[in-house]
Amino acid sequence: MPRPNPLEDGSRARRTGRHRAGSWLSALESEAIEIIREGVATAARPLMLYSIGKDSSVLLHLARKAFWPAPPPIPLLHVNTTWKFREMIAFRDRVAAEPGVELIVHTNREGLHAGVTPFTHGSDYYTEVMKTVALRQALDAGRHDIVFVGARRDEEKSRAKERVFSLRSPNHQWDPRAQRPELWNLYNTRIGEGESLRVSPLSNWTEADVWRYIAAEEIRIVPLYYAAERPVVERDGRWIMVDDDRMPLDPGEVPEMRRVRFRTLGCYPLTAAIESDATTLDAIIAETLATAHSEREGRLIDHDAEASMERKKREGYF
Amino acid sequence: MPPTLRVVLCGSVDDGKSTLLGRLLHDTRQVFADELERVAEDSRRHGTRGDATDLALLLDGLQDEREQGITIDVAYRSVETPRRRFMVADAPGHEQYTRNLASGASTADIAVVLVDARKGILPQTARHTRIAAMFGVRHIVHAVNKMDLAGWDRGTFESIVRACRALAEEIGVEEAVSIPLSALTGDNLTRPATEAPWYTGPTLLDHLETTEIERPAARRPFRMPVQYVNRPNPDFRGYCGRIAAGAVTRGDRVLISPAGTAAEVESIVVWQGTRESATRGDSITLTVKPDVDVARGDVIAAAADPPEVADQFQARIVWLGDNPLAVGRPYRMKLHAREVGATVTRIRHRVDVSDGGRLAAARLELNDLGVVNLATDRSVPFAPFDRSRELGGFILIDRATNATVGAGTITYALMRAANLKWQEFDIDAEVRARLKRQRARCLWLTGLSASGKSTVANLLERRLVAEGRHTYLLDGDNVRHGLNRDLGFTEADRVENIRRVAEVARLMVDAGLIVIVSFISPFQSERDFARSLFEPGDFMEIFVDASVEECARRDPKGLYAKAMTGEIRNFTGVDSPYERPERPDMRLDTGKLSPDECVELVMRRLD
Repeated sequence: MPRPNPLEDGSRARRTGRHRAGSWLSALESEAIEIIREGVATAARPLMLYSIGKDSSVLLHLARKAFWPAPPPIPLLHVNTTWKFREMIAFRDRVAAEPGVELIVHTNREGLHAGVTPFTHGSDYYTEVMKTVALRQALDAGRHDIVFVGARRDEEKSRAKERVFSLRSPNHQWDPRAQRPELWNLYNTRIGEGESLRVSPLSNWTEADVWRYIAAEEIRIVPLYYAAERPVVERDGRWIMVDDDRMPLDPGEVPEMRRVRFRTLGCYPLTAAIESDATTLDAIIAETLATAHSEREGRLIDHDAEASMERKKREGYF
Repeated sequence: MPPTLRVVLCGSVDDGKSTLLGRLLHDTRQVFADELERVAEDSRRHGTRGDATDLALLLDGLQDEREQGITIDVAYRSVETPRRRFMVADAPGHEQYTRNLASGASTADIAVVLVDARKGILPQTARHTRIAAMFGVRHIVHAVNKMDLAGWDRGTFESIVRACRALAEEIGVEEAVSIPLSALTGDNLTRPATEAPWYTGPTLLDHLETTEIERPAARRPFRMPVQYVNRPNPDFRGYCGRIAAGAVTRGDRVLISPAGTAAEVESIVVWQGTRESATRGDSITLTVKPDVDVARGDVIAAAADPPEVADQFQARIVWLGDNPLAVGRPYRMKLHAREVGATVTRIRHRVDVSDGGRLAAARLELNDLGVVNLATDRSVPFAPFDRSRELGGFILIDRATNATVGAGTITYALMRAANLKWQEFDIDAEVRARLKRQRARCLWLTGLSASGKSTVANLLERRLVAEGRHTYLLDGDNVRHGLNRDLGFTEADRVENIRRVAEVARLMVDAGLIVIVSFISPFQSERDFARSLFEPGDFMEIFVDASVEECARRDPKGLYAKAMTGEIRNFTGVDSPYERPERPDMRLDTGKLSPDECVELVMRRLD
C-alpha cells in the first residue's frame, strides 16, 4: 500500500491546496446558515457581534445569505474601545451605510472618562474594562438572548472545547465544566431568565477556510489585511503599527515604513503586523497555509498568562 | 470523497486519546511553532512526561484539564493532510463525562476507539463503542495503543482483536478494524512500526485517509424540516431549512407534513437568485404554491413518499441528566426543527454496556443506555434513525433547568395507523394494472372444506397465467403457515385471519394483480367486510358450492372424519356453521360441473 509520509514530504501538509475546496466550503456554508437560522428562529432579541474583522465580514455575509431576500433580522454590535485602526472604523461605517444593516456602537463611557488606555493601564486591565465590561453593558442594555460571534474552534484550544450554542450565565460567564451536551444539529436553545447563548456559526471553520471563502464569495474586507507600506515600530520582536499620534513612542523609537499586513485585527496597539508581500487573496491564502505560526500570535492579550483566553471567556470576553 | 471525514476519538481514561491526537497533529504538521513552544512550557509545569513535550496538552484546552491531567470535554480539531480533511473530536474517557462523548460521537462518520494493549477491552471501551454505534457511527477502528509497553507482542494484539471483533459483531457495526500502535512514539500512527513486522495492515492515518464512508443515497425521497419562515413582506413567504434527505427541483409536488397539505415547489431561493434544484445538505429557501400554511417544525417532503407521522415511539436513549429519567415526567423533545412535549411511558429495559444484555429498570441514571416507549403531545413527522439521522435523532430537555438531559434515536413508531393520514399518489391501481394490460380484481372463492376451491383456484391461475395475466393465489391453509401463523381457531382469531387476508388481497389488487383467494370464509359478515375494501366491481364473491355430504364423501384430507368423531373442533359444516352466500357474484356447483367447466365460466365472466 502506498504510504505518503507527511514527515518525509518536506513541505507542511497543510501547505498543499490539492483538495477541491468547493465541496467542503459549501458544506461549511450550509452548516453555518443552518446555525444562524436556528438561532434567529428561537431568539427573542438576537444580536451579532461585529468586530470589523474578516470573521465578522464572513458572518455578516452568511447572515445575508441565510435570510435573502430579506435583510438579516439581526442588529450588529460593535464594541468600540476607541483604539481601533482608523481604516477599520472607516470600513465599519461603509458597511453600516448599506441597506438592511442595523449597527449598534457601544463604548464603555466610564472607562473612557477614567482614561483607561492600553498604554496607561496594561493590556489586561484595558481589555477587561473596554472590551469585557463594555460588552456586558451592551448585552444587558439590549437583553439579548442569542448572540452570534465569529469564533472558530481552530483559533485557540479553549475554543476548541466550546459548543456551537454556548450557554452564558446572567453574569455572562462561561462554565466549561457544565457545558450542555450538543448532539447532531439539535441545538438546545432553551435558556433561563437572564441567561444567554453565544452562537458560533463558524465553529468548524479554519483560518484557511475563512480566506478561501472570502476569495470564493468576493467578500470585502478591511484593507489592513493586505500587505502595504505602513509605519511600524518593533516591540518585543513584533511589528506594531503607529496608527495615530496617541501612541507614545519610547525614547529613540522612530516609526519606519515596512511592508506589512495583519492576520487578525483588534485594537491597534495590541495587534501586531507581520511582514508580508501578500497583496492579493491568493497570496494571503498561500501565506496562511504556509505559516508556521498561529493566527493569535499577533494578539498580545493572549500571552498575558497561560489559559488567559479561558479565563477571559469565563468572565464574559469572547 | 466526502467533504470532511468526521472522526471521534474515544476509549477509556488514560488509554491515550489526547496523546494520540496530539501526536497525529504533530506528525502531520498541523501544529504551529508558537503552539508547540507553549505546550513545551506547559509540559514542564503539568506534563506527565518529565521534561519531554506532552503532546496531550495540545488538546486539553481547559485549565482544569491541564491541572488534573485528564480530558473533561470534547475538543474539536481540524486536520488537513494531502489526501483528506478531518474534523477530529477528542472525547473524554471518564465515565462521568460520557455525555461529552455523546456530543462528539453524534456527528462522527468513524470512531477511533482506543484500547490499552496491557488492559484490553474495559467497560468504558465497550460503552463508547456502543454509544458510537447507537448514534449512527458505522465504522469503528480499535486502536490498540501502548503496544510499545506490551513489547509489540503479536499474541497480545491478536487476543484483543478477537475481543474487539466480538464486540463489534454483537453491536452490529458495519466495519471494524484493529490497528496496533503507539501514540507516544507514533508507530503505526503515521508511519509503519518497525518493531512489528508481523503487522501488514495500514497505519491509522492511512486507514483514516482511505476509508470510504457511504453517504445516504441521493435517491432517498426529499425531506426538508422547516427551520424558519421568512416573510419580509406580504409578497414573499419563504420556508428556510437544510435538506435532510433527497433532492428537490422546481415544480416538484410536495406534501407538508404532518398536516398532509399538498403543494408544488414554486422556486428554490438562494442568495441573490434562484436555483433549479438542490440536494441533501444544502441550506435553501423554498416558496410553494398554492399559498398553504407551513410553520417551523413542519417537514416539506416528496408528495409521492412523505414521512411517517406518529405520536408514540420505541426509542433508544442515553441518559445525560444528573437527575434520573423518570417515567411519566414531561420533558421537551427536540426532533429536527420541531419541539414538542414528550413523556417516557415505559422503560422497556436498560442495556448492560459491557455485554449488551437487557436489564430490568425502573429508571435510567446518568450515562445509562436504555430502550423506552415515548409519547409526544403532538404528532410529529419522523423517520427511523437507521434511515435518517436528521429525522430520527432527538434530544430531551428538562423543563425546569433547560438542561439537555437525554439523547435518543427513534427505532419505530408504535400504533402508527391511528395517526396515519391517507396520502394520495400519482400512481394508482389503474395505472399499475394498465401496465400489465389487465384489470386488477380479487376473485374470492368461498365454500366448505373439500368443496373444490383449491382445485378450481389452481386451474384458474394456470389458465390466467397461460394467457399472460399477472396473478397471485392466496390459499387459506398456506397463509396460516406464515402471515397468520400466530392465529388459532377461536372466533376472534378467525375474524383477524380474514381481515389480514382481505387486506393483503387489497394491496395486491392495488399493485395491479389478479388475486385469487381460496378461503372457506364461512360468515357473510366477513365476506362483506372483504368486499368493502375494494372498489365496486373489483371484488367477485365466487361461491364454490357442494353439499356437506358430498364434501364429507370427498374428504381428501380426512378432516371430516376427524370432525365427526370430535377429534377436531369448530369444523365448518360439522360443528361450526357455514353461511351460504346470499348474493354471490357467481356460483359454481362442483357437484355437477367439472373443474375445467368451472374455470371456463369464470374466464367468461372476466372478459
